[in-house]
Amino acid sequence: MLSVLAAAVLAASPDGGGAVTLPAGRFAPLFGLDEGQKDFAVAAFRLDVRPVSRAEFAAFLEASPAWRPDSVSRQLAEERYLASSKDAHSPRAPVVDVSYFAAKAYCAWRGQRLPTTLEWEYAAAADEVTRDASGDPAFVQRILDWYSRPSRPGELDLEGSPRNVYGVEALHGLVWEWTSDFNAVFVTADNRQDGEQPAGTMCGAGATGSARREDYAAFMRYALRSSLSARSTLPTLGFRCAGAAR
Amino acid sequence: MVVLLGLVVSVVGALPAEKAVMTQPPLVPPAITRTTPAKVTVELEVVEKVMQLADGVDYVFWTFGGTVPGSFIRVREGDTVELWLENSPHNKLPHNIDLHAVTGPGGGAASTFTAPGHKTRFTFKALNPGLYIYHCATAPVGMHVANGMYGLIYVQPKVPLPKVDHEYYVVQGDFYTDADFGVRGLQPFSMKRAIDERPSYVVFNGSALSLVGDRALKAKVGEKVRLFVGNGGPNLVSSFHVIGEIFDRVYLEGGQKTQEHVQTTLIPAGGSAIVEFKLETDGTFILVDHSLFRAFNKGALGMLKAEGAGNKEVYSGREMEDVYLGDESVASSVKATPVAPTAPVAADGKALYAANCAMCHQPEGQGLPGVFPPLAKSDYLAGITSSRRAEIVEFILRGKAGKLTVNGVEYNGVMTPVAGLDDVKLAAVINFVATSWGNKSAPYSTAEVKRYREALPPASAPEH
Ligand code: HEC
Ligand SMILES: [Cu+2]
Repeated sequence: MLSVLAAAVLAASPDGGGAVTLPAGRFAPLFGLDEGQKDFAVAAFRLDVRPVSRAEFAAFLEASPAWRPDSVSRQLAEERYLASSKDAHSPRAPVVDVSYFAAKAYCAWRGQRLPTTLEWEYAAAADEVTRDASGDPAFVQRILDWYSRPSRPGELDLEGSPRNVYGVEALHGLVWEWTSDFNAVFVTADNRQDGEQPAGTMCGAGATGSARREDYAAFMRYALRSSLSARSTLPTLGFRCAGAAR
Repeated sequence: MVVLLGLVVSVVGALPAEKAVMTQPPLVPPAITRTTPAKVTVELEVVEKVMQLADGVDYVFWTFGGTVPGSFIRVREGDTVELWLENSPHNKLPHNIDLHAVTGPGGGAASTFTAPGHKTRFTFKALNPGLYIYHCATAPVGMHVANGMYGLIYVQPKVPLPKVDHEYYVVQGDFYTDADFGVRGLQPFSMKRAIDERPSYVVFNGSALSLVGDRALKAKVGEKVRLFVGNGGPNLVSSFHVIGEIFDRVYLEGGQKTQEHVQTTLIPAGGSAIVEFKLETDGTFILVDHSLFRAFNKGALGMLKAEGAGNKEVYSGREMEDVYLGDESVASSVKATPVAPTAPVAADGKALYAANCAMCHQPEGQGLPGVFPPLAKSDYLAGITSSRRAEIVEFILRGKAGKLTVNGVEYNGVMTPVAGLDDVKLAAVINFVATSWGNKSAPYSTAEVKRYREALPPASAPEH
C-alpha cells in the first residue's frame, strides 16, 4: 500500500532523478504555530530528489562569473566559500560551503527557489515507508546519531542513500540544508529565552515519548539554522531547490 | 558622557593583558600571584570526539578543549575576561557557552552562539569570587550537557585561599546510553534515558577510568590537598565523599562560607564545592558519589593515593579478629563440626558472595572494567597453584593492594579486608567463587581454610 503511494508519486514526476512532486498535506512543525493552532496546510510543491551536486553548481558558476570564488563579494559569502570543492569528492557529491545568497541565486538561475522551512520539514518527516515517521524510534535514532557525530572525510558520497516515501533522498545523514526562511525562528540557548516559541510547542498535544524525541532532532536543526547568517559557509551545509507543483 | 565613556575605555585599555593558563583535568592552573586586575584572554575550542566512557566503551563526547570536563579556567576577582569560543569546521553543530561566573543575560550564551567553522568573542568582568560551572547552552541544552559540555572556572578571590600542596580538578557527570553499564563498543546517546533520568554511567572526569590505577590522584602523607569539585549533571545531584577522609574545610557550593569537619558534601547539578583535607596517614582514599550504586555500579569512583609512612596513632589497621558467635553460639558450633570437606555449600556461598563481594566484583563476577577485576573466568584465580592456595584466604582477610593482572588487564586497586567470615563461611564463599561462572578450581575444605587463616601474619595492611 505504502510502496504503491511512493510509486504513484514517482510516476507523477516525469523528470526522474531531478525532482519529485510532493502532495499537499498538513504538518505541525516544531516552531511557528500560533496558540491553539494544530498544524499548517502545505500546498503541493516540487523538490529536488538530491541536494545540488558539485557538478550542477559548477555549471552555474560557468554561466555566472560573478559567483565564482575569486569574484564574489565577502558580503555575499564568507572566506570558506566553496573551499571544500577542491578536495576529492565525486562530482555527484553535494556542493557545500555555499552561502544562502549563493544557494538562492543558483535556484533562481534554474527558475526555482529554496524550499521553505515548513516544506523542508514536511518532506523530512518521512522515512522510506511512511509520511510521518516521527514516532518510529529507529528513524529518530538514525537522525540523532548523524547529528551527534563529527563529519568525516568521504562521507559526502551519496551512493546508497535511501529514498523516502515521496522519492526524496538524503534529507538526513548527508548535509544540513538551507531553507528560504532559515532565520525566521531564532533558537539559541534554552527555549526559555526564545520569545518566538509558543508555550507548549515542545510538549504539544498528544506528544508521546517518542514523538518528543523526534522533536529533539528537529530542535537541533532549528538550532543549527539559527546559528547561521546569510553569508555563512559550512563544510556540512548544502541545499536543494524547490518549485511549484506541476 | 562621551568623555566618561572614553575614560572607561582607556582604563580598560591600560590593564595589563595576559593569556589565561588553562589545564586539562585533573590538573588546576597555578595560583595567580598578581595583586591587581588584568585583562585575561581565554580561548576555548569546541571539539566533538570519541573517547572512552569506560573500559572498551566508546562515546562521542562534545567537549570544551577536547576533555571532559573542559579546560580549567582560572582568573582573579576583578579581572576583565575576554572569552573566545571556536567551533571547529568539522563539528556538526552550533555551540555556545554559559559561564555561571558571568553577570549578564544568559551568562554569555547568546553572545557566543557559534556555527561550525566560526568563532565568537565576548568580554565580562569577574565580579564575584568563587568556583563556577560553565556549560554549553545550545538547544537541546540537556543533550549538549549530557554529552560532556561543561567545566569549571575559578574566580580566585582578591585575598587568595591559603597555599596547599596539591590542587586537583574533579567533575562528576551522568551519561545516558541505551545499553547498560559496561556493554562494549561505541554507545550512542539515548534521549529516552536522559529524559527518564536513568543514567547508565555516572563518572568523574568523563570516564570510569579517569581517576583509577595509574591515573589516581597522588599526594604524600602530611600534605594538604584542595579539590575543586563540580557537578556537570545534567540530572543528578552528587553526594560527594572521600572514603576514609574527613574534609577539614568545605567552601560550600563553591562560595565564601566554609564548614569544617564534613563527611559528605552535596553538589547540585550545575554547582560546585571546594574541599580541603590533610593526609594524616597513608593508603588509597576512594572518591565516590555516596549514592553508592552510582559508585560501585555506574563508575562514580576515583582514587587518591597517599604515599608515606602510616600513622598508627591515627589509624591502626586491624588489631584483632576473632569469631563472634552472639546468641547463635550453640547452633553454629553444632552446624560447623559436621561439614565435610566437599559438602555442597554452593547456596550458602552464593548468599555470602552477594553480601560480601558482589558490590565490587559485581553479581556475575564480571568485575568493573579497570576498577575491580573479574572473578568469572579469572586467569589469575585459575592460575593459583596448590602451593599458593593460601593467597585467596589472605586476600579476603587481609585485603590486597598493588598491581595485579587479570585476563591481560592490569589492576592497581585496593581490595578492602572482608570481616565477619568464619572458616565455614570463608570456605563456602571461596568455593562458590572457585566453581561458579565456569571457574574450575579445586574446592577448599573448612580445615584447609582454617590452616591458612592461622598461618596468616598479624593484620597490619594499610586499609581505608
Ligand atoms: C571493596 C571492593 C572489594 C570487595 C568487597 C572484594 N574485593 Fe576482591 N578485589 C578487589 C580489588 C580492587 C582487587 C584487585 C586488587 C589489586 O589490584 O591489587 C581484588 C582482587 C580479588 C581477587 C584476585 C583477582 C581476580 O580477579 O581473580 C580475588 C580472587 C578476589 N578479589 C576475591 C574476592 C572475594 C571472594 C571477595 C568477597 C569475599 C572479594 N574479593 C571482595 C576489590 C574487592
Ligand atoms: Cu554544545
